[in-house]
Amino acid sequence: MRLKIRHTTRYQFEAPVHRGLQQLRVTPLAGGNQSVTGWSVEIDQGTKQLEFQDHFGNHVDLIALDTDTQEVTITCGGEVELVENHGVLGRHWGPTPLWLYKRQTDRTKAGVNVRRLARQVEGDSDLDRMHMLKELTADAVAYKTGASEPDWTAEDAVIEGHGVCQDHAHVFIACARVLGLPARYVSGYLMMDDRTDQDAMHAWAEVCLPDLGWVGFDASNRMSPDTRYVRVATGLDYSDAAPVIGTRVGGTGEALSVEIEVAQQQ
Amino acid sequence: MDQNQVFDEMWGREENLRAPYGLFKSWFDGEEPKRLRAKQREAEELFRLTGITFNVYGQAAAEERLIPFDIVPRIISGLEWQRLSKGIEQRVRAINAFLYDIYHGQEIIKAGRLPERMITDNDAFLPHMIGVQPPGGVYTHIVGIDLVRTDDNQFYVLEDNARTPSGVSYMLENRETMLQMFPELFARNRVQRVENYPSDLRSSLAACAPSVAGSSPTVAVLTPGIYNSAYFEHAFLADQMGVELVEGHDLRVIDGRVAMRTTQGYKPIDVLYRRVDDEFLDPLNFNPDSALGVPGIMDVYRAGGITIANAPGTGIADDKAIYSYMPDIVEFYTGEKALLENVPTWRCSEPDSLAYVLDNLSDLVVKEVHGSGGYGMLIGPTATKKDIAEFRKKLEAKPGNYIAQPTLALSTVPVFTRAGLSPRHVDLRPFVLVSPNKINITPGGLTRVALQKGSLVVNSSQGGGTKDTWVLED
Repeated sequence: MRLKIRHTTRYQFEAPVHRGLQQLRVTPLAGGNQSVTGWSVEIDQGTKQLEFQDHFGNHVDLIALDTDTQEVTITCGGEVELVENHGVLGRHWGPTPLWLYKRQTDRTKAGVNVRRLARQVEGDSDLDRMHMLKELTADAVAYKTGASEPDWTAEDAVIEGHGVCQDHAHVFIACARVLGLPARYVSGYLMMDDRTDQDAMHAWAEVCLPDLGWVGFDASNRMSPDTRYVRVATGLDYSDAAPVIGTRVGGTGEALSVEIEVAQQQ
Repeated sequence: MDQNQVFDEMWGREENLRAPYGLFKSWFDGEEPKRLRAKQREAEELFRLTGITFNVYGQAAAEERLIPFDIVPRIISGLEWQRLSKGIEQRVRAINAFLYDIYHGQEIIKAGRLPERMITDNDAFLPHMIGVQPPGGVYTHIVGIDLVRTDDNQFYVLEDNARTPSGVSYMLENRETMLQMFPELFARNRVQRVENYPSDLRSSLAACAPSVAGSSPTVAVLTPGIYNSAYFEHAFLADQMGVELVEGHDLRVIDGRVAMRTTQGYKPIDVLYRRVDDEFLDPLNFNPDSALGVPGIMDVYRAGGITIANAPGTGIADDKAIYSYMPDIVEFYTGEKALLENVPTWRCSEPDSLAYVLDNLSDLVVKEVHGSGGYGMLIGPTATKKDIAEFRKKLEAKPGNYIAQPTLALSTVPVFTRAGLSPRHVDLRPFVLVSPNKINITPGGLTRVALQKGSLVVNSSQGGGTKDTWVLED
């Protein structure tokens, strides 16, 4: 499967930005079952400062916002070729130690409700148990856009009983770690069968199983990733893998708009 | 502690004057005590004028005081120093190799020489350093290895300071003061120089510049500001090196580099000797509320655009729980037995050790794993029953937070008192500079002295003083 992606992120500020920096994690990860061609990142009213690979292996661009800007636009896009792997990425590689993925974070801290959910997980193999966890997560947290807060924790989402893909990923990761498995958050794109225009990136989870290695689970769609899924960034939770992380002086009254097109190339 | 058990560096155990002190002693005997007392007061006045003061945490914020200075030098022979230097160099090499390994393959864990939990449960492990190649491969550009002595040939490493060892300004000022007060002493004794430290520091830092730097790298010192207890030292070192002293708000990311504001506009910095802790170094990557750091500096570092000295994340090497594994760490990375011994250490996280420690609290020193400055520790032999009972509760509640060591009979060196020379316990912090091709150990270091008779606590935050430290040319 070959996907063509175009992703525009626009920040508008009521008051001009005096000074600002943004880390962008918007370049799909090369390797595994995906190969990336002609990927570009363009900034309007900001300047790229540098790029590096972070501690999870993500490609990061650091940009400085132009002084006194009131509107910054980040446009990225390119083509990604995907090979079917049924969500199985295989053995852990790279310098990041596997144990790091067992660490609880603020967003994936297991409270009473997360632990209760994790206790319901049953199955003959780790793989079976993770598939069941995916179903339990989807059952416990109904998919509902616009009704959750972006800073919710896994525990918040289970208590509220609804959320978006980010919440599903957090709940799944929190439970997997309670069950002693290394787990990570994946931020990426999902091609939809019925449309090309989307207004948000997708998110899912990956767990490292002793026999299979890393395997993806998308609770929101009750499936493991296939060739419609493009992995962009990973981390312990959303805050490590978010497409834009910034700090600025000035620039109050932020408004964010996102346009994403994901289309299959014939 | 029974004074007979104590090794005195001037008199040994048997009241036989030790050779390194020979010339000093004959000079001292020829001096009028009255003149020396006047000199002692003069020295204190000099320190006040230079402005060397020290903020003591836990006291009123504005309170600054002098660290008392004693005019009797601590004297080490050239041969003793040679042996120490070899051990220090070996240890510092091992620490750098350990840090590289911890942030890359973690071979020492795979080899079973260090339990994984020592790293996984350790707050000093900085994930952002995973996979990072520090310029020149150096993590700890400046190290202070705290040593204590118990006998003629017996030194122990008490602590490795691999983050931001302080106190080098006292080493320099103590020597400067002694040279000024007693020039005749230096004419009689051939004392190895420490005065080159600032220029050595500068060239050592410059030698660690990233590949983007030009032929004469720009070095700067980053301070948290005037409210920091070591601000004097930051300003002093910048001045002595002839480099800029900057605060976070003077710096910003420009054209992919960290640049400082100057009268001619922004100028990129190649090597930043930072005296700001990791957590506060970069509000974009670490504590977002920090006003002391530079947003994005960690990104510039990871992209190879600046050297941060010491590297972020080095605290994992000077953690007190890791300390107990240092003999293994030295052996693992150097293939040699550690030349410098560790103080025997019980890890209270281990049930057998904890049981032993609880049974022997009145004989042991118990320290917090992450503590420093002599705070939060129990010194069994001098503690009251009540102190011990209270400490026992803390220890039982969180055993993993503590290590215990035997109370060492720290060596003494005389201090000058109204009643003449009187022994006081000392330790020693030599300062080590690391660059890609060289480990440079300044001959001497900072001798801290417990000014209360019999006291074993030498920390300046706990009322300790300092002495000039001499290494003789043999």
